[in-house]
Amino acid sequence: MKAICFYFQIHQPFRLKHYRFFDIGNDHYYYDDFADDDIITRIAQRSYLPANEMLLDMIRENGKKFKVAFSISGTALEQLEQYVPEFIDSMKELAATGCVEFLSETYAHSLSSLYDPEEFAAQVKAHDEKIFQLFGQKPKVFRNTELIYDDDIASMAYAMGFKAAITADAKHVLGWRSPNFLYSSASAPKLKLMLKNGKLSDDISFRFSNPEWASYPLTADKYIKWINELPEEEQLVNLFMNYDAFGELQPRESGIFEFMKALPRFAAENDIQFWTPSEVVSKFKPVAELAVPYPMSWTDEARDTSAWLGNTLQQEAVKKLYSIGERVRLCTDRRIKQDWNYLQASDHFFYMSTKHNDDGSVHSHYSPYDSPYTAFTNYMNVLSDFMIRVEEQYPASIDNEELNSLLLTIRNQEQEIQKLHREVEMMRNNIVKDTTGDFPVDETPEAPVVKEEEKPAEKKAAPKKAAAPKKPAAKKAPAAKKPAAKKPAAKKPAAKKEK
Amino acid sequence: MFGWEFPPHILGGLGTASYGLTKGMWENGDMDITFVIPKPWGDEPKDFANIIGANSTPVAWRDVNMDYVQARIGDVMDPQLYYRLRDHIYGDFNYMSTNDLGCIEFSGRYPENLLEEINNYSIVAGVIARTVDCDVIHSHDWLTYPAGIHAKQVTGKPLVIHVHATDFDRSRGNVNPTVFSIEKDGMNHADHIITVSNLTRRTVIEKYGISPDKVTTVHNAVEPLSEELLNLEAPPGKTSKVITFLGRITMQKGPEYFVEAAAQVLHKVNNAQFVMAGSGDMMDKMIRLAAKRDIADRFHFTGFLKGKQVYEMLAASDVYIMPSVSEPFGISPLEAMQMGVPSIISKQSGCAEILDNVIKIDYWDINAMADAIYSIIEYPAMYNELREQGLAEVNQITWDKAGAKVIDIYRRLINR
Repeated sequence: MKAICFYFQIHQPFRLKHYRFFDIGNDHYYYDDFADDDIITRIAQRSYLPANEMLLDMIRENGKKFKVAFSISGTALEQLEQYVPEFIDSMKELAATGCVEFLSETYAHSLSSLYDPEEFAAQVKAHDEKIFQLFGQKPKVFRNTELIYDDDIASMAYAMGFKAAITADAKHVLGWRSPNFLYSSASAPKLKLMLKNGKLSDDISFRFSNPEWASYPLTADKYIKWINELPEEEQLVNLFMNYDAFGELQPRESGIFEFMKALPRFAAENDIQFWTPSEVVSKFKPVAELAVPYPMSWTDEARDTSAWLGNTLQQEAVKKLYSIGERVRLCTDRRIKQDWNYLQASDHFFYMSTKHNDDGSVHSHYSPYDSPYTAFTNYMNVLSDFMIRVEEQYPASIDNEELNSLLLTIRNQEQEIQKLHREVEMMRNNIVKDTTGDFPVDETPEAPVVKEEEKPAEKKAAPKKAAAPKKPAAKKAPAAKKPAAKKPAAKKPAAKKEK
Repeated sequence: MFGWEFPPHILGGLGTASYGLTKGMWENGDMDITFVIPKPWGDEPKDFANIIGANSTPVAWRDVNMDYVQARIGDVMDPQLYYRLRDHIYGDFNYMSTNDLGCIEFSGRYPENLLEEINNYSIVAGVIARTVDCDVIHSHDWLTYPAGIHAKQVTGKPLVIHVHATDFDRSRGNVNPTVFSIEKDGMNHADHIITVSNLTRRTVIEKYGISPDKVTTVHNAVEPLSEELLNLEAPPGKTSKVITFLGRITMQKGPEYFVEAAAQVLHKVNNAQFVMAGSGDMMDKMIRLAAKRDIADRFHFTGFLKGKQVYEMLAASDVYIMPSVSEPFGISPLEAMQMGVPSIISKQSGCAEILDNVIKIDYWDINAMADAIYSIIEYPAMYNELREQGLAEVNQITWDKAGAKVIDIYRRLINR
């Protein structure tokens, strides 16, 4: 008996618009919404939606014996919710069959696992919450951005409570070993590792419609025969690919959908089953430990992190970005948080690659820029502006500890004020009840009083959260002045305080 | 080979390219190269090419003795060669103004009576072609095409013409009909045409109506710089970033776009200085434009730089820009890269076809140019990456590779 484990990746970054150095400090909106809309809608129509339909059919036809797993980044989910909501519905339908497992990953498809453990943990948590909120599943198996994996990441994933992780089959790590077994991590022995079968995965996602390929045309029975002919003890075949392999990389006319639909029938004839990663982990035992001291990934010929961190441009950009990580986590401004997420997407660094061989053409195929240097320039301009905004919130002259204690005081004060607020509200309600006719006269003098009281609290604590629980009467005043007061109030008192 | 310039006395890129190519071909071995120039100075390198001066080739018989010839032109030519050449005078050119040796005087520059010089050069070529035995005739740029045609008619050997530029590049479209007809005539008579870029190749095919199978691109290369030049350092006490334009200040080089981009950058950045090095007919206009944009305090004009000064300027620069409107090849960004200066070049220049580690922009895209300048001077990683990778890349672009391609073309012509 053998098992096939399918897992599909869906990711889209928020692409940056053309951002000139004149815009630094002036324009705080960074995204090319038109391109995002255009791309995700096109891919969804050509690939994601028909592929979902195909999977749904396959699950129904095969009596729930056909199972797959998905890894969808948070940014992709956001875009799909916004531009292709029907896809979310179709995904929910798939989730409801019980044959689909969702995997955990970083929210922004970021490189935080290599640079910022704290950020990494926060993003994984954010992603899993989003998955739970949409599909009602708590991911149990972890898959890092582009299958980047090393021993440190294994330890972190295990500490976060994951049973298993998914990664690539880099030759320089595996050597003579086969990816068709379950392994476990050397640094966290209880964390199991599933490795991509690169050859069989790429046969579908890259070579399927290539007429120059020796095995063209690929048919379902031929493919299943290959799997069946694997040595008896190699029972696990992990087929990991980008979801847009169906319909986009391999166009619909190539017959990729029909090929997939035919797989379960031939698999059943040969006693090959389809399992989700969680099933694999619970049914197989790891055969050996795998030590991975240097990060590997599933991208480019080198199967390492050079696709994102191969040259000095990329290293500089990533370093600059994560140098402000701690600061950003102190911020409570919603837009800063959002931009922080979007700017971390690994794609931005992917575009800056200066590789010139075959890998280079893959990079330029996906890149919206005409050269890696333009990609770097644009990203750095945006990052410069972002750093100015973070600096405005919390000047670099205050060190983090001091800032933390100040923030704590403010937060306490805020809670205190809220409490008082509620009291005022209650008492005012009592007054209103007593003197029913004087209601409008009473409110006018009271509003400014509330305002006065509010000011110290508004300083830098998040206005958004503070405003939420407030009662209707008080809401008007702070809501009106919030946008105006937020910025100056946010930086000035902080600057004064340190002196 | 017929050329017009040869180092060290050069007026533009033509001399450098002719020299580099000749040397590159010589390095491939088994080549016996004779290089004809209008007026040698005697200090040209002679180890890989036999240099003949058109101004020391007799076209009219003069009875002079060995010692006299030695005294007159011994520094540029072997007197024996003078006599051999004298034996091959093919007509009576005494009606022309010839000197005591029966030679025609040449300026070797681009004088007012350039067309007359070109014609004289062609007359001289007839004598040389009858004297020197050759397998292939190679003419560099339009000035020497008539000479090449003449030599071909005399010897019946295949003619290769090397298009370093066309009049479409020089004039932004306002082509001089005389020059055009000389160029066109040369291309029609040529057995093969070598262009310095695909851009020029297209011009030759489209504007001159030449069959594409007769035109091949051989990109130019650069000579490695000497240690002395590479070790030049930026002047001490330099605090601001220097952005440099280096070349003739003429319409073809797009100087006005450089000024406009400078105005944008200086609007935002304080510690930057822009330098326009070179001279040309648009210089005064550029000075006025810089003043009008209110950036004259940080925009400098150096005038014409020569020899080592060019490299001193590059050593002091942080960014090199060539916003040429139309550049057949453009060797100077390669020199900047050799000096470790990140370069921005226009997509309309031929060297953009072979360079990866530079920033390429459209010459008219002032915004992109300003963005690129800003990025290089503000983000150290950008500067370092372009510097290191550019250096590595340009060191791979050598003349012997270009020479090998030319030799390959020769072989095909000879074996045809």
